[in-house]
Amino acid sequence: MICCTLLSLIACKKAFPPAIPEEEVLDGPIDGLTAQEKQQFLRGDVAFNDEVFTANKGLGPLFVANSCGSCHAGDGKGHPFTTLTRFGQTDSTGNQYLHAGAPQLQNRAIPGYVPETLPAGIGFSKILPPANTGLGLLDAVSDADIMAMADPFDANGDGISGVPNWVSMPAYTQPRPGAMPLGGKYIGRFGKKGAAYDLLQQTANAYNQDMGINTSFEPYDTYSHLEVDPEVSNATVHDVVFYLKTLKAPVQRNVTDEAVVAGRQIFQSIGCDKCHRPELKTGNASIAALANKIFYPYTDLLLHDMGSGLDDGYTEGHAQTSEWKTPALWGLGLSKQSQGGQYYLMHDGRAHSIRDAILLHGGESEQSNNNYQRLPQEDKDKLVKFLESL
Amino acid sequence: MKIFIFNFKRCNILYAFGLILQAFVLQAQTDSSAFKRRPTDTTQLPLNMDAVYNRPFLQYKKIPVALGGYVEANTQYAVTNGVSDGFSFQMKRMTLFVSSSIHRKIKFLSEIEFEDGTKEINIEFAALDVQLHPLLNFRGGVIMNPIGAFNQNHDGPRWEFVDRPLSATQLLPATFSNVGFGFFGKTYQRNFVWAYEVYLTNGLNDRIIGNVSNRTFLPATKQDPDRFEESFNGVPLTTAKTSLRVKKIGELGLSYMGGVYNKFQDDGLALDKRRRADVLAIDFNTTLPGSGTTLITEFAWIFVDVPDTYTQQYGSRQHGGFIDIVQPIICRKMLGFENASFNAAVRAEYVDWNKGTFRETGGNIADDAFAIVPALSFRTSPQTVFRLNYRYQVQTDLLGNPASRTGAIQFGISSYF
Ligand code: HEC
Ligand code: HEC
Repeated sequence: MICCTLLSLIACKKAFPPAIPEEEVLDGPIDGLTAQEKQQFLRGDVAFNDEVFTANKGLGPLFVANSCGSCHAGDGKGHPFTTLTRFGQTDSTGNQYLHAGAPQLQNRAIPGYVPETLPAGIGFSKILPPANTGLGLLDAVSDADIMAMADPFDANGDGISGVPNWVSMPAYTQPRPGAMPLGGKYIGRFGKKGAAYDLLQQTANAYNQDMGINTSFEPYDTYSHLEVDPEVSNATVHDVVFYLKTLKAPVQRNVTDEAVVAGRQIFQSIGCDKCHRPELKTGNASIAALANKIFYPYTDLLLHDMGSGLDDGYTEGHAQTSEWKTPALWGLGLSKQSQGGQYYLMHDGRAHSIRDAILLHGGESEQSNNNYQRLPQEDKDKLVKFLESL
Repeated sequence: MKIFIFNFKRCNILYAFGLILQAFVLQAQTDSSAFKRRPTDTTQLPLNMDAVYNRPFLQYKKIPVALGGYVEANTQYAVTNGVSDGFSFQMKRMTLFVSSSIHRKIKFLSEIEFEDGTKEINIEFAALDVQLHPLLNFRGGVIMNPIGAFNQNHDGPRWEFVDRPLSATQLLPATFSNVGFGFFGKTYQRNFVWAYEVYLTNGLNDRIIGNVSNRTFLPATKQDPDRFEESFNGVPLTTAKTSLRVKKIGELGLSYMGGVYNKFQDDGLALDKRRRADVLAIDFNTTLPGSGTTLITEFAWIFVDVPDTYTQQYGSRQHGGFIDIVQPIICRKMLGFENASFNAAVRAEYVDWNKGTFRETGGNIADDAFAIVPALSFRTSPQTVFRLNYRYQVQTDLLGNPASRTGAIQFGISSYF
């Protein structure tokens, strides 16, 4: 009997588990990379997903997690287990608690060390890892395009007043061609408050702050505050940045499904698209496959006041504590696959369903939230169907 | 201060091995008919602990030294979620053993293993056994820690499966040998044999929770290049096993291994509290008299004191095991081999590298794998096996995201020589 099973298994194609369709997973490169670029992508992939740091390899002594891939499983959104805690800044005058380990709480430590704890009574944000997909496209949007979407004084009177986060750029990053600085500050576009200027800064900071791994870019140890030898080479950092830039954008599913088509209409009609901008375009880019592309991230890369409910009393750069950068909604429907089978939405994962996420929209987005609540149930369902298709 | 030091010089034993081999080759050139195969012992009630000696050896005339070994090689084609790296041929391992009787009551056995080509060369066993009384034997040197049954009885040709069981290599560190000493003993009664073993050896280190496997991983202790020369923290590892084989019923083994794995002090300075890793295993095997069906099973539980302030990526509890069922289908002369047999077998196995729940959510920590492996094997004799396996493995990451599924066809040969 076993014999027959074995033979039939071999004969049958089912013996080998099939590939998961491309649109069902987040990882993988964008189309159009050259052979050399693919090799760099693969090197970055290994450094990002497979390189695990141990105390011997420089982990910590204080850290939050021990590999990029632990927090960004499958390049998708994270889980409360991998959430970061930040504290110590309430306005644009900067962080007042750098002496106490701010901005980031390193809540774990290698054996024999004591991790940090939050100073009593301080405002803090829990920040859940976002997906890392399509970041190269977002990186290549011109400052001019971002400024064109901004409306700091709500000139059009729609109640929505997106602003960029103006941030100081670290010395090791280069301004983008066509950058539009304001008073020496630049438009930040990564992180939930948009406080990181580019993917190099985001990566060097992640090594340093999330894992206690020093690089020549961020050489100060988070425990001793002393400059220490790099624990990861510049080449590896650049490979990881390249990998992040060339991760493909999530592919929409069920595009022609009736409910999805209708949901998309509703998304527009109740004003969600005023912040979650469906379509953006890239300008010139050093990676040919990223240049002059139209893509569909559902973000404006701008900060919005989301009301007191989402105000944790912590901020970064010029953002106010109630302001958050509009998150891209692409890949939303695949979130659960990297979050252990359950949704953790909004910056800290407090929403466990798409509906809960919408109901948490306040401040500038309150109007669209109200519009949503007035929808008949069947339209609400269609809207969710659409969002799940992203 | 070092409390205990077990020290072993590896180069010496490698050198001795070379010399013995050379002597054998020279003898063989002069007179090959003088070599005798010393068959394995099938008269007594053999236990897993007897596996080290109960192997086919080659002996020259009356020289008190016998030589043996086995090889394992295979090819495999594996597909994980539709992605395959194609065919690969693997020279899994070659092992050489030399045994010698120094005196009627003093034996020496050593076993050297070359794994994955010559990437790893390990002394698996190099111990002197001195019989003081059947119930009291001294064993000292490089000892195979008797945790579970597979570790003691791991020779490739004895198994119908290309891969070693997950629980033996992913939870328990098979093959796990360390420098140390201890005692063992056996008593034969009419219907049963009972045995015990107790050893103190060098052992664990903090790689258990500081390794690139990104999970609590006992096998990572083997990556410490100094482990044969000195103890990592001066605290010996205790391993104890007791086995009972009852005629017509089977053999049951219970084993324990435990010790301190961290460096709690260095140069007299206290660094941390003593943190322990403890392992319990139970094993059972039997052959049904009528059908000749063999059943082999083993289950292990691991408990590690991981600091609360470290990451839950490294779990404090693990468990897992396997069950093999082997059914001889045809046993007769085949293709000119007198004692040939054709067998069907199946293995089901499971490991959970991280038992527990996330502090942040209370949700289950997954990090587990399940596999089922139907197999066919052809044995030209009990010493040589050709095996064809199909492996289907489902593995889930820490967070419990959609599992990765692997299907693999493996074909291999393993033989004593
Ligand atoms: C402890 C978990 C953790 C680790 C480890 C970690 N990240 Fe992150 N990552 C996060 C969180 C949380 C955020 C959101 C940060 C923010 O909003 O400022 C983030 C944000 C990012 C972003 C910005 C994405 C966006 O859409 O704005 C990138 C890029 C990124 N991480 C890359 C990396 C790289 C590269 C590594 C390894 C060197 C890494 N991360 C390691 C948790 C982690
Ligand atoms: C004023 C701008 C604005 C409008 C209008 C708006 N959103 Fe949002 N949306 C945001 C911001 C900012 C966040 C992130 C808040 C946070 O992280 O706490 C967000 C988060 C979300 C999320 C969670 C995404 C994630 O990755 O966790 C969903 C889903 C979402 N919005 C859907 C909608 C829908 C549907 C509408 C229309 C009913 C809408 N939004 C209208 C700004 C807006």
